[in-house]
Amino acid sequence: MAIGHQTSGGATETARAPAPSLFVTLTGHREMGLLAIIVILFAVMSFASPYFLTVSNIKTMLLSFSVEGIVVVGMTILLIVGGLDLSVGAVVCLSMVVAGQLFLGGVDPWLASLGGIAAAAAVGVGMGLCVTRIGLSHFIASLAAMVIVRGLCMVITNGSPLSLFSLPKEFKFIGQGSVYDIPFVIILFVVIALLFDFLLRNATAFRQVFYTGSNEKAAAYSGVKVNKVKFLVTVLCSVLAGIAGIVYMARLGSATPNFGVGMELNVIAAAVIGGASLKGGTGSIFGAVLGIALLSIVSSSLILLNVSAYWQEMIKGIILLGAVSFDHLLNRYRAK
Amino acid sequence: MVSETAAPPRLRLENIVKSFGPVRALKNAQFDLRPGEIHALAGENGAGKSTLMNIVDGILQPDSGRIFVDGEEVTIASPAAAQALGIGLVHQEIALCPDLSIAENLFMSATATSGRLLMDFGTLRRRAQEVMDRLQPIPVDTRVGDLSISEQQLVEIAKALTLDCRVLIFDEPTAALTEPEAQRLFAILRDLRARGMSLVYISHRMAEIFALCDRITVMRDGNHVSTDPIAALSPETVVNRLVGRELSRLFPHKAQDLSQKPPVLSVRGLSDGRRFEDVSFELRHGEILGFAGLIGAGRTEIAEAVCALRPRTHGDIALNGVPLTQQSYAGSIRSGVVYLSEDRKASGVFVDLPIAQNVTALRPSLVSRFGLIDQARERSFADALGRKVGLKRGRITDPVSSLSGGNQQKVGIAKMLSVNPSVIFLDEPTRGVDVGAKAEIYDILRELASAGTGIAVISSELPELIGLCDRILVVHEGRIAGEVADGPLMTEEHIIALASGLQPPASAAA
Repeated sequence: MAIGHQTSGGATETARAPAPSLFVTLTGHREMGLLAIIVILFAVMSFASPYFLTVSNIKTMLLSFSVEGIVVVGMTILLIVGGLDLSVGAVVCLSMVVAGQLFLGGVDPWLASLGGIAAAAAVGVGMGLCVTRIGLSHFIASLAAMVIVRGLCMVITNGSPLSLFSLPKEFKFIGQGSVYDIPFVIILFVVIALLFDFLLRNATAFRQVFYTGSNEKAAAYSGVKVNKVKFLVTVLCSVLAGIAGIVYMARLGSATPNFGVGMELNVIAAAVIGGASLKGGTGSIFGAVLGIALLSIVSSSLILLNVSAYWQEMIKGIILLGAVSFDHLLNRYRAK
Repeated sequence: MVSETAAPPRLRLENIVKSFGPVRALKNAQFDLRPGEIHALAGENGAGKSTLMNIVDGILQPDSGRIFVDGEEVTIASPAAAQALGIGLVHQEIALCPDLSIAENLFMSATATSGRLLMDFGTLRRRAQEVMDRLQPIPVDTRVGDLSISEQQLVEIAKALTLDCRVLIFDEPTAALTEPEAQRLFAILRDLRARGMSLVYISHRMAEIFALCDRITVMRDGNHVSTDPIAALSPETVVNRLVGRELSRLFPHKAQDLSQKPPVLSVRGLSDGRRFEDVSFELRHGEILGFAGLIGAGRTEIAEAVCALRPRTHGDIALNGVPLTQQSYAGSIRSGVVYLSEDRKASGVFVDLPIAQNVTALRPSLVSRFGLIDQARERSFADALGRKVGLKRGRITDPVSSLSGGNQQKVGIAKMLSVNPSVIFLDEPTRGVDVGAKAEIYDILRELASAGTGIAVISSELPELIGLCDRILVVHEGRIAGEVADGPLMTEEHIIALASGLQPPASAAA
């Protein structure tokens, strides 16, 4: 007999749980903890460097993670459903080079962008089918997709970067324009993040994502079409990566076949720091956005403090380890 | 400790207390085990038997209390420490490596601690086969994952036999075994006893306890109730002590004559081509229908096929006279036929999700507008259903894991009720639920039945089926072997005879 049965079955009368202490409540919300760390970082850095709290520096920092943030949104939803996507960096690149190549071939840039996003979606469909029909794990399916798509990018571009300076001004606005002095990229990212954060918390359709990720079997026994949910979320993640690819293209005015190498790890790290679990069932967009913000604030702080770039990667890794370990320890403490 | 006049008991537990958070699993447990006896430990689910035995095996540490082995006080810090003291535990749950062979599984701990560089496969295989042959001659090269559940259970038992133990604890060892396998196990246990080993036998099954054991200790709600020689008690006394009240007061009154009532659900000639064949039955208005049978007889599969959780190859299902043709469980839910799974933690509820989200899981759209969930409405909806099933809870947004087993099950039932079903299949609805909550669940089910919901209960606890159901269908190897109506024929013996494929009443003695 399971120990758990015994423990839970032992109490005939489940008393109302005592109200949790303020400490537990605050630390219980990952977002609040992250927000606190970010505020402290800001406070410390504003003493350390006079440039840190300037409008232009904050804008630069926001810009630095906005496009990647769009990918983080998709990854977080996929992590909640219990999946994982190692191919997002490659898919960002695919969307970019497909759209770029189509544009160079004379296609209207907007239509070419749709083509790029469609290519990204196709990768998602392929992975989704591998996971739901063949029964591969997300890890394996997306690892294979990553390698295949990277190869494909090389094939499409013949291995050399595409120069897209001839993109029309209206199109470049996506990546380079500003509205009331706020870069359009930031606006786009904030809108996407807010939209999906809201949907994930409130939409009936997205509730199925939590059911599936929390306990796939129980979801199936509640009439949730588990495979359909997993498939659609996998495609959604790829589509968001595709959109990010287009934004990058408009921003950089070029498409390079090795763009976004290693991005997937940064994106997964951000989502996990933000409270998503690789086991599925938990996570929030808000948390993940704070996660990527933290990573990016730390690296720009390190730059301002003249810390060598070699150290920066290392420190990022330590933050990931620290955040996740802290969370595990806290959960264990609470379970007692 | 002051030793008694006779030899000290091999194992003695005094005033053991153990809490998990706010839950006191053991309040004051006592136990003693003499050399060369089989000692039954009986108690309802949640009485604390497994917690106590996990303490003996060093998996859990008591909050207070004393443990003596051969009269000397000891602390048992880990399963390895227990093994060093000669104590072994056969878990009810199978904990084997499915991708390894039987031999490798049997000597897992010996291999891990041998300190040898290379595996000695020859010796390993030979010794494993010796042990296995005593139970059932399965070739020890077989991958454990390829065995049936009952064979895996035998491997689990064989694993304990390889340990050099003086005290062996068996936690419901026959739960997954067939009758002949169980008989073979009993012979081995008697043989071990004759060789001076002390055995603790945890079981629900009175017949086994009375056939096998020398003494019996009854536990209830974490307390020691009594310890007696088995010959001094009758099964009825034991059951009443287990439950802590007269059995008749555990169950609500049964329905009056239902034979004239119209069927809510009728199933004709249902087959899935694999696990069951030609199953026909009717569930009448106001009725609680029971499904009895051995584990693996196909009861769960039948219920799942009716709910379209698994495909069927033949057969017609009609709900209130209207044929059901749904292809998915989602469709079945829409028609009003729902199924509550037997494995609460694995597939019945979402333990990590809030209570409210569990209750609305079958159809979140009930509390949604324009595709968005109205959180306040979800909470009040869940609160109302929770009250209907007598749910005792903290906040409605607390995770289900914060609840006791009985209340988790009530969340599952509330989830079923959320869609106003016409028929509910409940698979082992009181597994891992304490007595108080059991009685409440029975009352809820009877109330639902009286209000016109068709209730079908699958259970392996015969007293439960007999006490609760108006009619019991007995399933044997995928077929309905018989139907038992309420009355003098509704006895454990009669149902067991049908369930094991024997012709009643000639060989009902089994």
